[in-house]
Amino acid sequence: MSRRLTGALSALAMLVFAGTAAAEGELNIYNWGNYTNPDLIKKFEETYKVKVTITDYDSNSTALTKVKAGGHGFDIVVPSANYVPIFVNEGLLLESRPDQMSNFKNVDPTWVDVPWDPGRKYTAPWQWGTTGIAVNTDAYSGDPNTSAIFMDPPAELVGKVNVVPEMNDVIGLAIMYVGGKPCTADKDVLRKVRDQLMAAKPKWQSMDYGMTEKMSNGDVMASVNWNGSTFRVRAKNPKVVYGYPKEGYVVWMDSVAVLKDAKNVENAKLFQNFIMDPENAALISAFARYANGIKGSEKFMPEDMKTAPEIVVPEQFKAAGTFLPTCPKEARDLYTAIWTELRK
Amino acid sequence: MAGAPAPGRSGEAAARAARIRRNWLLAAPALLLLLLAASGPLLVVVVYSVLEPAEYSGVVWELSGEGWFRVLFHRDIFDETVGLADAHLTIFWRSASISLLTTIITLLLGFPTAYFIATRPPRQRTLWLFLVTIPFWTNLLIRTFAIMEVVRNQGILNSWAMAAGIIETPIQILYTDTAVLIGMVYVYLPLMVLPLYAAMERLDFRLVEAAYDLYASRWRVLTRVIVPLVKPGIVAGSILVFIPSLGAYVTPRVLGGGKNMMISNLIELQFGEGRNWPLGAALSMTLLAFVMLALLFYVRNMSRLERRG
Amino acid sequence: MAEPALQPTPGRRFAVRRIPGFATIAAVSFVLLYAPIATLVAYAFNAGDSIALWEGFSLRWFAVAWGNELVQEATVRSLVVAASASAVATAVATMAALGTTRTAPFPGGMLIYALINQPLMVPEIVTAVALLIVFAMVKIATGYSGLGYLIAAHAAFCVPFAYLPIRARLEGMDLSYETAAADLYATPWQTFRRITLPLMSPGIVAGSMLAFVISLDDVVITEFVKSAGQDTLPTYMLGQLRRAVTPEVNAISTALLAVTVLLLSAFFVLNRQRR
Repeated sequence: MSRRLTGALSALAMLVFAGTAAAEGELNIYNWGNYTNPDLIKKFEETYKVKVTITDYDSNSTALTKVKAGGHGFDIVVPSANYVPIFVNEGLLLESRPDQMSNFKNVDPTWVDVPWDPGRKYTAPWQWGTTGIAVNTDAYSGDPNTSAIFMDPPAELVGKVNVVPEMNDVIGLAIMYVGGKPCTADKDVLRKVRDQLMAAKPKWQSMDYGMTEKMSNGDVMASVNWNGSTFRVRAKNPKVVYGYPKEGYVVWMDSVAVLKDAKNVENAKLFQNFIMDPENAALISAFARYANGIKGSEKFMPEDMKTAPEIVVPEQFKAAGTFLPTCPKEARDLYTAIWTELRK
Repeated sequence: MAGAPAPGRSGEAAARAARIRRNWLLAAPALLLLLLAASGPLLVVVVYSVLEPAEYSGVVWELSGEGWFRVLFHRDIFDETVGLADAHLTIFWRSASISLLTTIITLLLGFPTAYFIATRPPRQRTLWLFLVTIPFWTNLLIRTFAIMEVVRNQGILNSWAMAAGIIETPIQILYTDTAVLIGMVYVYLPLMVLPLYAAMERLDFRLVEAAYDLYASRWRVLTRVIVPLVKPGIVAGSILVFIPSLGAYVTPRVLGGGKNMMISNLIELQFGEGRNWPLGAALSMTLLAFVMLALLFYVRNMSRLERRG
Repeated sequence: MAEPALQPTPGRRFAVRRIPGFATIAAVSFVLLYAPIATLVAYAFNAGDSIALWEGFSLRWFAVAWGNELVQEATVRSLVVAASASAVATAVATMAALGTTRTAPFPGGMLIYALINQPLMVPEIVTAVALLIVFAMVKIATGYSGLGYLIAAHAAFCVPFAYLPIRARLEGMDLSYETAAADLYATPWQTFRRITLPLMSPGIVAGSMLAFVISLDDVVITEFVKSAGQDTLPTYMLGQLRRAVTPEVNAISTALLAVTVLLLSAFFVLNRQRR
């Protein structure tokens, strides 16, 4: 019996260590949930003989916290624009120089020299979009183009509104709703923001992500949501519309960065280059339904994206869109304090 | 292992010392494993609870009472006034009340069920126990998910109620405290039934018969004879349900929608968006203290019951 | 006193053991216990995409789950971790049981007992948080981020589940066999190997099975301790539950349920045979 036992134990040990021994080519991506096209990953895996794992997060702050804590094992992270400088300042990103990669020429000029990553030394564009309000017209037939849906829910929507737990988007929308400017550190404005949010919170249903599924299934009737996600919801549930808050809505961009303590730096750089190819960028967009920043990808994109109101912003709402910049530390600390109070 | 002790006084003492050494050596690997991967890290948590939070995650190695302070109190962001941390207190209250309600409801449902099984013919009992045990061994996530499917807007409850004409639009149950309560009762019901059954199986029905012979009504027999006799089972079941309920994580997370948090979710938040590891550590210790109190209460009750019976 | 009356005394039309309403409540409880699971299993065979709208019978979600690489990896990882943790926990618990049972009280005995059973008392979230902190430090210091942490964590909290059945078995064992062996000039080691261990084996088997299932089932601690790409089946499902809920989760759940029922049936049948 002891011989069989030893045999079994050594077989087990080999299994365990074989699984953990570094595979020939590996890449560990840390990205937003439901945001990466499996076909894109398959194509990358086949082209470069690399095994890819994807772990997902639901907000920029979750990603930042996990990466900062160390020992995470990821190679790539996809932060939003206003978080990139924070990641850089904390020393978490590798200067992988996407601007020197072969596919860089495909990047749309608008997105080349961006204030949060001048000259694109750290990040390659992934997708960009807007944050607005998704409403199921079965539950509410009024105007969806206002932040009042979550800041001061109408009677039909009380107890049926969800707010995604993305701090910057929510605080940005809230600030613009009370009439302030994004990145303000004005305490009076912020106090109004805090009070209004806390007053609205009991009328919310939840603070969860995954609205793509939950609104399709009818679990949630209205939510602060991103445009691409709402587009996907509408494909399954035509009753849902996307609203552009007239008080001001958020425009954002997510970019792919390599982490400084990445174990597979070469593969990570290959991935950054890979996504700057027009055809691959179109694959990304086709899945999550957001626009990308690569020129020449339009001809590969699906037809319905060329006319959808979620992608092509209607004229009357264009002016209200604001790209969220990285706010000064004082403002950020106040926002964090308000957010943690809200989250409890 | 049987070894004959050497005869004589000093031989006995040496044998005793050898036995103690042997016991400790045998238990050593278990102790080492647990100290490294269970008990030891708890000490680290205590230490972290008195440090200062670093900006995004982790701690700054400077002593600070902020972590413990924030468990109960709250400093307003704008005017620095100190008040009670209402949000935390709400969550403590929610955890305690849901746990208590869960215990009571599972007791009300579980007592008759255990009694039913205990009064079946002995050969049938194994089958009934098997039927109770299957949900018990089913993965917790699966069970919580099953409840999610039942209470959601298009799940069975709402669909049937609408089909029967009782309601017109679905009632929002999912993502409320009610959903969490339903989930908890569902998950912990088998845990209440099993210890109750164990106590009832040993119930001597002659005593019950004797009570009836003395013209007691069914109600009196139940309350004055059966319940006192199975009290250890009731206490064991209650503790087995109450304590894990306090520390429940999966059920409130899946069914609560991020808004109806219980203590575990509040703790998790501090290690994510809350960005306050010391507070998370302090809250963990608070939860542990509550659990230890409940356990102490149980132990003292059990010894009192044993002394009496 | 006369023999216990298991039949109603003549003249009494009265079922002593029956309490009105209890059978009904018991029936309700059983229905309540099984209805959600039944629904879940039913929708695993849904032809459509939804977990609420029935669109016909189909096995496609089982095929999807089977072919899903992430699911395959998560399953293998779960099994590897559970097997390793169970092996370690059982080995360690067996020794500990031998050291703490059938022996007169000794200094520190209570402490050992408390430490071994600590995972049963401490809420999982507290342990998870503690391990997150400690393992993060170790990961940075050593650079190792393999399955070792998961296995160590699982082994630790499985120890009491392996320990209790083994201890129960040991306490119920008759010392006379071992004394007889000693009388026949067997060395302590021979006695252990040929007598004690085989006699203990039902307890050891029960303990290891229990540890295996507990490890397979764990969500909280794994969720906090895992590194990149180290999903186990429960954490994979948790991720799916928070986002894209398709009948694939139902299919996986049904498969897991089938395995559980099989294992439990085997356990019950084996136990009955023993009598």
